[in-house]
Amino acid sequence: MIDKKWIGHELPASVLPIERSRLQYFAKAIGETDPIYTDAAAARGAGYPDLPAPPTFLFAAELDSGAAFRLIEDLQIPIAKLLHGEQSFTYVRPACVGDTVTVNSRVSDIYDKKNGALEFVVKTSRAINQRQELVAELRTVLVCRH
Amino acid sequence: MNIPRFDSVQVGDELPSLQLAPVDRTTLALFAGASGDHNPIHIDTDVARRAGMPDVFAQGMLGMAWVGRLITHWVPQSRLRRFDVRFQGITHLGNAMRCSGRIVEKLEHQGESCVRIELQSTNQFGQTKIEGLALVALPEHH
Repeated sequence: MIDKKWIGHELPASVLPIERSRLQYFAKAIGETDPIYTDAAAARGAGYPDLPAPPTFLFAAELDSGAAFRLIEDLQIPIAKLLHGEQSFTYVRPACVGDTVTVNSRVSDIYDKKNGALEFVVKTSRAINQRQELVAELRTVLVCRH
Repeated sequence: MNIPRFDSVQVGDELPSLQLAPVDRTTLALFAGASGDHNPIHIDTDVARRAGMPDVFAQGMLGMAWVGRLITHWVPQSRLRRFDVRFQGITHLGNAMRCSGRIVEKLEHQGESCVRIELQSTNQFGQTKIEGLALVALPEHH
């Protein structure tokens, strides 16, 4: 069983600089061909200061920093039993090339179903930019399947 | 981009669907690098088999990114307010996902005219791998 003492645990801050080549690579990886995601001139034509991060990109912050894997280790969830159950984003303002986004997360809940056969970890996150403005809120549900 | 107007869309309207090519190993490797998800279960067959899986399988967030493409092909991303998904099943190699969306509600949300869109990503065998909802703000009039 995952120890419920982790409810309320705050992860270390994850700092993600929004970089042009990374966004171009991400667009290629997901098959995105809309030029606003790869061409700065097209992005500016669409009203952005530079390439915007696509809707799901900010999930990378805690993967790059290692905070996401560190949490899984802390909770002692074997990677072979780990599933991503749910993911939510609430958007406030775009993150574009040149911005630096900082993600702060906490474990907001841990619970189980089916007499412990499935355990759930809920993580809630706030992503802010270098001006301390809220960019997005994220909610992640991880599932440990026994 | 021709942005749909709040007055011209109806509950039940469908977004233009997005058909993906069958998932292959190259796509999973590229997404591992681009997303920062280096979990080897998605890119190393030996690790996947040791974990009891028949082979590597798609990262959940790759499937969500594809659903995101469906949304941003219909409206500019700056109009997206919420995007929520539930991962319903594992997307295996060879699965060719089709992302679809349907307007299920027209509503006012924080002073904006919005539509709620029900989202799905389903493979060629009719198995739904992702279900979700998006909240999108639309302009009122021409």
